[in-house]
Amino acid sequence: MTKLKTVLFACGTGIATSTVVAHAVEDALKERGIRFNARQCKATEVAGQIDDVDLVISTTQLPKDLGKPVITTLAFLTGIGKADVLDKIEAALRD
Amino acid sequence: MAQALMRYLDPGAIILGIEAGNDQEVIQILSDRLHDLGYVKASFAAAVLAREAALPTGLPLGLDNNVAIPHTDPEHVLKSGLAMATLCKPVAFSNMEDPDEKLQVSVVFLMALNDKDQQIEMLQEIALTIQSADTITALIQSDSVEDVSRLLG
Repeated sequence: MTKLKTVLFACGTGIATSTVVAHAVEDALKERGIRFNARQCKATEVAGQIDDVDLVISTTQLPKDLGKPVITTLAFLTGIGKADVLDKIEAALRD
Repeated sequence: MAQALMRYLDPGAIILGIEAGNDQEVIQILSDRLHDLGYVKASFAAAVLAREAALPTGLPLGLDNNVAIPHTDPEHVLKSGLAMATLCKPVAFSNMEDPDEKLQVSVVFLMALNDKDQQIEMLQEIALTIQSADTITALIQSDSVEDVSRLLG
């Protein structure tokens, strides 16, 4: 068994849009047979929480040089481009 | 598709055809209404405005009419609730994903969030609602709370 990867979901408050995105991504990736550990935080807290994180998914702009892959997307709120973003997330977690 | 947003929307907090000069005016009008209805503390409006300036909430729908979902931290909220405005002329909100980009917004959902588990459903319903271009168009054309109820009930 490989170790589960950890995805950090970020938004402005750390409780609102990131919760919706985390649920949507978990459900969609479960269908694709991928599980992961999910955590949430405020955008301003990402830099301090990044050490054990494999992927950051955010609804808002984050600092540039976090040293980990970042996907910024509103697709899980607006529905626009959702399939493409899920493909990107899947690719990042299958590595 | 069933739209269950009326479960969260207080009919008294639906304001149609607002004439506002900018995003701050819309947020202030909706915040005052949520305050009058007992959903939020007096500090709510200023907190939402500050948050919107730092972390904007405009959502691009790929349409002429975009949506914004202003909100703030739970400490300013007494009970969770939702207010909605339609604008007779769109105002600019910054894009959540890219604050440098301005979006013309015609529908604003102001969320009073205080419970992480309850509000997820409210925000999911908003997301479902705004993913229907027909619903957004019909909302903008609604001129009574009854119209909105039928659309989102």
